[in-house]
Formats: sequence, structure tokens, C-alpha cells
Amino acid sequence: MAQLEEVSIEKFKHLVSERALTGETMLLNMGPQHPSTHGVLRLLLELDGETVVNCIPDIGYLHTGIEKNMEAKTYLKAEVMSDRLDYMNNLGNNLAYCMAVEKLVELDVPERAQAIRVILAELERINSHLVWLAAFGLDLAAMSVFLYCFREREIILDIKELISGQRMMTTYIRPGGLWRDVPVEFETAVRAFLKMFPKRVDEYEALMTRNPIFLDRLVGIGILDPATALQHGVTGPMLRASGVNWDLRKVRPYTGYEQYDFNVPVRSEGDTYARYIVRIEEMRESLKIIEQALNKLPLGPVRSDNRKFVPPPRSELGVSMEALIHHFKLWTEGFPAPDGSVYQAVESPRGELGVLLAGDGGAKPRRCHWRTPSFDNLSVLPKIVKGHLVADLVAILAAVDIVLGDIDR
Amino acid sequence: MLWMAAGAIANMDKKLETIVQALQENFGVTFEEFRGEIHVFMRVETIIEALTLLRDKYDFELLSAMTAIDFWPQNSPRFHVIYQLTSLARNLSLQLRVALEDGEPHIPTAVGVYEVANWRERELRDMFGIIPDGHPDLRILLLPEGWEDKHPLRKDFPLGYEEVQFTFNIDEINLRKHFAKE
Repeated sequence: MAQLEEVSIEKFKHLVSERALTGETMLLNMGPQHPSTHGVLRLLLELDGETVVNCIPDIGYLHTGIEKNMEAKTYLKAEVMSDRLDYMNNLGNNLAYCMAVEKLVELDVPERAQAIRVILAELERINSHLVWLAAFGLDLAAMSVFLYCFREREIILDIKELISGQRMMTTYIRPGGLWRDVPVEFETAVRAFLKMFPKRVDEYEALMTRNPIFLDRLVGIGILDPATALQHGVTGPMLRASGVNWDLRKVRPYTGYEQYDFNVPVRSEGDTYARYIVRIEEMRESLKIIEQALNKLPLGPVRSDNRKFVPPPRSELGVSMEALIHHFKLWTEGFPAPDGSVYQAVESPRGELGVLLAGDGGAKPRRCHWRTPSFDNLSVLPKIVKGHLVADLVAILAAVDIVLGDIDR
Repeated sequence: MLWMAAGAIANMDKKLETIVQALQENFGVTFEEFRGEIHVFMRVETIIEALTLLRDKYDFELLSAMTAIDFWPQNSPRFHVIYQLTSLARNLSLQLRVALEDGEPHIPTAVGVYEVANWRERELRDMFGIIPDGHPDLRILLLPEGWEDKHPLRKDFPLGYEEVQFTFNIDEINLRKHFAKE
């Protein structure tokens, strides 16, 4: 039996104010099972009455050793782990991982696959923002928003099920392209979503954006200035709500994002309300991208025909001996990748999602590090909650949009 | 690995080239190019100075990622500590690397330059046992409380290996185990 240490103030002496040592302020645990911590996050709060004096986040409850597991699998098999990191952005994680593999072994991706990747990544962004908005509303006691958002999210999950047979962990994007082409119903389903969704966003906005209770809770709460944000590595909507126009889709276009016309919503206030507005606007911009991508969806193959890295399509296995050999070799031995490392970053719904993938000349990665946006975004929390009420802390934390699977990996 | 002098990479970004040259003049670094990325190898003593220079003079405001790669069973160098820097103003990326020997590797803490390094360095200490000297808050971050001196992301740490327990050997196994001792 391990020696369980009693938690003493001595351990946190350098993080709390002197008043905590005399017992003038109170130390309180929030979480790890608190409903508004969005998973298993523990916050140790130093409270003066109801005012937060200091906040010490404690993470790691959801650490599952995904990086270590990926090192033990071949490049093709390791991809299934990527779905399970940020469970609100499965296809986005697939995309980041596949792009890293493609960069490492220099694979080309056909244009049709790129366009479908963009559509899926943007659908996933809407999906993630919907779950965020739902939880955000719930934390601010707006129960109906939660239900409305999940109603729309269901349609996106249905689209994912349509293309891959899975609702969440699809592993649909593969190194060199996609698992298989989308079915004919895909376009109809996405177009129906595009037609319906703008009105639904208007509905959410009608419920929240000008609601006086809502404004009272959000405006001027948790202000983050751009310099602090960059010091703490904050990226994504949170950084853009602080007035920094930095979106990897715009500044370093990947997967053909340069072909699409869209705006990057930026707000300068840096408070919780600005973060809310930025995400709502992002959902509308994503719709624009999906529509453009769908309008000029090129025909053609959806995966590279480089058989040394990409398994042949199922239809060839029965008729071609070579295809069967390639299939067998790729799924058992895998392919060798060169000894070197690449860093590939994409814009996930939460910020810069980076994959540092290092090969060792063999079939398994030497290292696969995930630079996850929630990790860095959460690290700024102690700075922005100081002096606010506990109730505001809940709002601020909800607006950071953390996913614990993303933080703990 | 390919080692090159500055200017040897024909298609290197001109803006990046001046920065790499400045690093070379100030710190005498070497660098490699792989898939269009520049990796600059620093000596461990000069890393903080270099990060400060890059942040203040060349607008690398963001420390995008910080991690390590373990080259076990190779001992020298055993680790590469990686600092992935991003400049928003110039839209550039640069990767600094520090090679560390086996044993008890130490790096100077970068918290004074980039505050994001705080949690990243705690993670490095947890996962690789690379100790950031002068770190203000070196508690365990991701691993369970009371975790002993084992570092899971090191290559010599076994993956998922669990000895089968029976009543006759449970005490013996518990002595060796460093987690889930129930």
C-alpha cells in the first residue's frame, strides 16, 4: 500500500497568499467530480469569502498515456489513438496526425480528399463549438440551450455515421487521403444541414446574445490581455477574443484552405463575452467554408496510390495479388519512416493543435508528441480568475473550452 | 543527420536565414534541415539567452510546444529537448534543440522567458526526468501523487507490462510495482 500523504498547506505555500497560512482565507477543492469542470479537473481555490484569491489547477486525472501507446504501434495503427485525445474534435485530430505522417514520408493527397477533409474538419469545428455552447449555457443555468445544441450536434454525428459507420471515433481521415469515398447521400445531408443551421444559430443568439442576465454574467469577466495570452501560449478563439488575429487556416493555409473565402472573427475586449461571440461567429464562417468546398468538390480518387504507404482499396484485394501483398505488409509490418522529426500544426476548435512526429527509420514512431491547445489555454486560468467570484470562475472556465482528454493525453 | 553551415540550404526562407545567422554568430550553433523545417542545435548553457534574444529581437512571442525525444539506447546524446517557437509578427517557425546526455539531465528553466514553459517543464520532469533548474513550482503535474522516480515516456520504461498476481507472490510483486498497489 502506497503511503498516502496528507495534503498540507506546506506543499502549496508558494502558490497561496500569506493569509491562507494564518487561516484568514479558506482553501476549497472544486472538483475533480464537479459538473462544471467539464471532466475531471480539480481546482484548489483560495477564497476570501466568495472571492477567488488564488486558483491552483490540478490536472492528470485523465492521463491515459496516449503518447506512449502511439510509440508502440505502427504509423497506421497509432492513428486510432488520436481520436481519443480530444474527444470533441476527432476528425481534426486525425487530420493533424495524418498531415504529420504525410510530411514525414512525403505523401501526396488527392484534391478530392483534401476538399472532403476541409468539409469534415469544419463540421467537426461546428460540432465542437456546439458542445461547448451547450455546456457553457448549462454552466450559466441556460438549460434549454444545452438541449437545442445537442439536437443539432446529433445531425453532425449522423453525417459522421453516414460516411464511416461511427458516430465519434471515426478514424476516417487516413495517411494519404481518406478511408473511402463519401457515399452519394453525403452531399444531400450536408446541404440540408447548411440550410437549416444558420436559423438555429440565430435561435441560440436570440436566447443568449442580448439576454441581460447573460450579459451581467459575462461582460468584463475574466479579461485576458494579448501579452499574457501569448506568454501562456494561448491560441485559438481565446487568443482571437483578446484581439490577436492569428488563425493557422489563414496565415499558414493547409489542406487547401487558401482556396476558400472566409473571415477570422476577432474581438478586442478579451473577456468571456468576447470568447462567446468569437465562437458563435466561427460557426457561421465554418458554414461558408463547407458550402464553398461542397460547391467545387472535385471528382477523382480519395487516397494516394502510393502503395508503399497507403493500403490498396478493398475492391482490389480479391483480384490483384500485389494488392493483397501490400495490404498484408502494411497492416502487419507497417511502413518505415525516415529518421527525423516534423512538427505539423493545424487550427483545431480550441487553438493550435500540433503534432511532433519523430521517426527512427523503422515502422513505429520514436516519439509522437501532441501540442494540445487546451493544455496551454488552461494554464492561463489562475491569472484571469483572480478577484472574481466563484460563480464567475465557472463562467470563465466554461469559456476557456477545455477538453480534459486533450489536456491530460 | 545532415549537418550544414549557414547558407548551405538553398531554399531556406530569407527572413529565417538572417535569424539563424544571428544565432550562429552569437552562440556558435549548428543546424539541420528536415522537410523544410529548421532545427537549431544549441548548447544547454546558452538556451535561455537564445530564447530571450529570439523573443525580444526577432518577435518569437509564442513558445508553441516544448517537449523531448528519447534516443535510448543511445547514450550520447540521450535526449533532445525541443523548443518550437512561433513568430506571429513575422509568421515564422523555428525549432531550437538541446542535446542532453544520459544520467541526470538538467536544463535551465525557461519560465522567465515564456510562462507557458511552467507546465511544459513540469511535464518534462514527470515524463522524462529532465529537471528544470530554478523552476518556481516543481510539483508533479500529470502523474499520480506520490509517483516515485520513474519516467513513463523514457524508452526504457516498459509499456503496459503487468505481472500476473497470485496469492503466493502478491507481496513480492507489490514491492516492485510503482502504481495501483491495491
